[in-house]
Amino acid sequence: METGVERIYREESGRILATLIRLLGSFDLAEEVMQEAFTTALERWPKQGIPANPRAWMVSTAHHKAIDLLRRRSRFESKREELQQIAELEQQLSGADEIMLRHDAVGALSDDRLRLIFTCCHPALQLEAQVALTLRTLCGLSTEEIARAFLVPLPTMAQRLVRAKHKIRDAQIPYRVPPAQELGARIEAVLLVVYLVFNEGYSASSGDAAIRRELCAEAIRMGRLVCDLLPGQQESRALLALMLLHDSRRATRVDSEGELVLLEDQDRRRWDREEIREGFSVVQSALRAGAAGTYALQAAIAAVHAEADHAQATDWKQIVRLYEALLRIQPSPVVELNHAAAVAMAHGPAEGLRLLDRLEGKADLCEYYLLPAARGDLLRRMQQWSEAALAYRRAVALANNEATRSFLSRRLAEMEQHG
Amino acid sequence: MQYLLLIYGNEEAVGKMSKAEVDGILQEYGEFTKSIAQSGHYRGGNELADTSTATTLKMRDKKRLVTDGPFAETKEQLGGYYLVEAKDLDEAIALAARIPSARWGSIEVRPIVPHDMP
Repeated sequence: METGVERIYREESGRILATLIRLLGSFDLAEEVMQEAFTTALERWPKQGIPANPRAWMVSTAHHKAIDLLRRRSRFESKREELQQIAELEQQLSGADEIMLRHDAVGALSDDRLRLIFTCCHPALQLEAQVALTLRTLCGLSTEEIARAFLVPLPTMAQRLVRAKHKIRDAQIPYRVPPAQELGARIEAVLLVVYLVFNEGYSASSGDAAIRRELCAEAIRMGRLVCDLLPGQQESRALLALMLLHDSRRATRVDSEGELVLLEDQDRRRWDREEIREGFSVVQSALRAGAAGTYALQAAIAAVHAEADHAQATDWKQIVRLYEALLRIQPSPVVELNHAAAVAMAHGPAEGLRLLDRLEGKADLCEYYLLPAARGDLLRRMQQWSEAALAYRRAVALANNEATRSFLSRRLAEMEQHG
Repeated sequence: MQYLLLIYGNEEAVGKMSKAEVDGILQEYGEFTKSIAQSGHYRGGNELADTSTATTLKMRDKKRLVTDGPFAETKEQLGGYYLVEAKDLDEAIALAARIPSARWGSIEVRPIVPHDMP
């Protein structure tokens, strides 16, 4: 059974760390003393009971530990700055418990997490480092879990985190919510990190299923947090809706053998109705409020799919229109490919093939399995078996992960049987 | 006539030095700085923090493109510098964004390592 300490850790460690980073001005020190405070809680709480405000207790205990730690260090190194920092921390601490409780009441502690999001997702950090630091500090994942999720050796991931924290310290990346004139661009950066975390969990490329589920859950949680803390940002709400609608299909995307299942073949009765309902209502209100960015359009596409009880009932004409809008604001070969596939469904495979022909030879897609796979699919629908087999053979050769390769190989075998 | 003396070196090699070696170099720098101050040549100088703390900024279509790391383009050359006081990296980036060349070139933002200079 989960102990009180474990529950507090899971639910509150992100907030506690965020507050400690603000109070102590250092990621490393905050992480170190938070761990110590939790260790103390493990010793004391079973005997003395859980304090009335566990989060306030954690923050003030960790705060005391920080002072002790700095004192011990300053004895060895007698650094002027450390002594000054101790004095500041001690002053903060007088009445800190009271401040904590008052902050709780007005919700100012949420601001700490918001500050932390903007620091972790600062564009002066490498994108990979932004993602890792966000998962480490805001979501409380261990370095090892993050390394496993991104298929990176543990020392590489640890180094990436250390380097990011040093840059924050040495270049003085601020710990605050950006001013209004910069907010738009900075929120974009935050949403990109959240979306990357979600996609890493959602894409069926490889890796541990439990961790992938965890990444999706964390991304959705962060998406909610950004929506709650910065209300009125419609693109944030659109991203939340997009993640919910995609996540609703999670259980049906691979079969019991771990093979990919295409959208049209998924068992829609097993889609998560609760996520669909919420995703729907969030995307509708975001669109009504004027959201028209890439997340909003992708969420709208996902909503049209979710609306159809079975694949044949999909409103493909509506999906074509949404892809056209997406192409106008974010033209990319992958969006063109999806557009062509939607056109094929709405107006017949020959129309889709015509669009695919125009994509042939585009540098970005040359080494990518998606184009021959899409071509194979349309030729299959047109019952041109030998040509379809040719396309699938190329797609198999270019496939970049086991699940995809296995799916394409099955299709190839079907074509060869027909031919 | 004034001249800017730019100091290049291998950060990695410096990082591997012992504390005694680094202290020795710092002392040598202190003596050199003092000597050119006494001879009336000194106008200013600073140690830059490692390139791992650097941020590069470009302005394109009125949008800021901020990236981690030092300026790494070989087709563009160092053309000038500003030394500014800013409360944090965001303020420094905001100042850099107003430098005219940011619109066609790049601005590298590097923290200064605090030392007592003459």
